[in-house]
Amino acid sequence: MSFTITKQGDVSIVEIDGQLIVGNRQELKQKMLEALEAGARKLLVDFTKTGYIDSSGLGVLVSLSKKIREQGGELRLAALNEDLRTLFELTKLDTLFQIADTREQALASF
Amino acid sequence: MTSPQELPPQGRTLEFEIPSDVRFIERIVDAVRAECRSHRFDERHLALNVPVALTEALSNAILRGNERDRAKLVRVRAVVDEIRLVIEVADEGSGFDLETSLRDPTTPERLMAEDGRGLFLMLRLMDRVERVPVPGGSLVRMVLHRAS
Repeated sequence: MSFTITKQGDVSIVEIDGQLIVGNRQELKQKMLEALEAGARKLLVDFTKTGYIDSSGLGVLVSLSKKIREQGGELRLAALNEDLRTLFELTKLDTLFQIADTREQALASF
Repeated sequence: MTSPQELPPQGRTLEFEIPSDVRFIERIVDAVRAECRSHRFDERHLALNVPVALTEALSNAILRGNERDRAKLVRVRAVVDEIRLVIEVADEGSGFDLETSLRDPTTPERLMAEDGRGLFLMLRLMDRVERVPVPGGSLVRMVLHRAS
């Protein structure tokens, strides 16, 4: 499991490699809050390499989206596989987040 | 508990005992998932239902049941056969009432909450979830039938 943040133009792209679960959600939160503090306002989470997400992982994304919005920023999600998309649909979080099929589509939507 | 007589001959039982530390969750999920894979559970079960529901049950036992007390143990028993997966997760806490613990996290007023989706997901992703009283703790049993 690892999280990496890269910049493409003014968008900070966060890649989650592995699971996003109770054991590592704080690490993701910390990294994204650091990016926010450093001035990032357009943040994109790319799930291409993500395995599964539990309720803690979903919760941390909700919490981050609130904080980012409070700072005048935007959080977008991209490249969820069918199983991850089901998870967002079951919890209706697909109505809360802007979710793009691909990273490129998400980048173009900012 | 499922009695051995109920199991087809090819059924397997996995048992684990871990301290109350969330770092142990992934290795248990991996082991149970591998066993389900060998019993030809479908990809969706392997990628979504089993890992998410089991992670929820384990984190609930570690964080709420045992309140992260590393001296307290979480015991896991998974019975996998060609028909179904039965997982039991036991902690040393006082347990919770499944009915009263379940609030719908998808309502507009709860959608923005950080917590409160764990039990909801367990119930959505498993065919049956029940709490079984056991001496000195609490046990959650989940059943998932293998898709035909």
